[in-house]
Amino acid sequence: MSSTFDQVATIIAETCDIPRDTITPESHAIDDLGIDSLDFLDIAFAIDKAFGIKLPLEKWTQEVNDGKATTEQYFVLKNLAARIDELVAAKSASA
Amino acid sequence: MQLEYFHLIDRIVDLDIGEKKIVVEAQVPKQSTIFEGHFPGYPLMPGVLLIESMAQGSGWLLLGLLKFERMPILAAVKEAKVRGSVFPGDLITIEAGLSHEGSGFAVTEAKIRVGGKLRANSTLTFTLIPFPNPDMRGYMNSVAERVGFPQQAIAP
Repeated sequence: MSSTFDQVATIIAETCDIPRDTITPESHAIDDLGIDSLDFLDIAFAIDKAFGIKLPLEKWTQEVNDGKATTEQYFVLKNLAARIDELVAAKSASA
Repeated sequence: MQLEYFHLIDRIVDLDIGEKKIVVEAQVPKQSTIFEGHFPGYPLMPGVLLIESMAQGSGWLLLGLLKFERMPILAAVKEAKVRGSVFPGDLITIEAGLSHEGSGFAVTEAKIRVGGKLRANSTLTFTLIPFPNPDMRGYMNSVAERVGFPQQAIAP
């Protein structure tokens, strides 16, 4: 079974037509990969479907806008994968 | 349907909040300045207006699901297919269903039929924004009344 990062990287590669081998755990989705907000909706859609969760994009955006979080916390891919794992675990716990 | 005003939905036939589906109808006008150019001698509903019709039908579904707390704005069109022509005078039926509700966005699947035959379909993505001002909220209320939005469907 592939890791969460691998699954996310594959989704990004396929959704945004970015070569898979250029996507690393350290990649910042916005600053390094150049993914814009509209493309990120497609990625969020695919992640939601693949993991059975709902990425809280609005909450994250609000936290960044309020200075309570940095974009790195949510959009560097290793961190995004960790957030996804947390959401999956929380969903499993509440099921 | 008033093409020049982008009034592309005449009435809501059915809004099923539980199933997250909607059916709406619209009568394509027999005459319009749009048909004078598209095309002379062969008037045809433009494909982009069919897509907009599916977006507006989906929009009423989303407004219902969101209880008018947010405004859906078309953000992406995918897999749009115009499978057959729609002509002046045709009565179009649009069916739309919610396929995904994300955080701040939603995805619908919509179809247009004429006389039961599929003429177009698309997957549409919407961003869900707060109403930007009271004027727009008021305008949507007035349009909701015009298209017969079933307020009881979203009553608490």
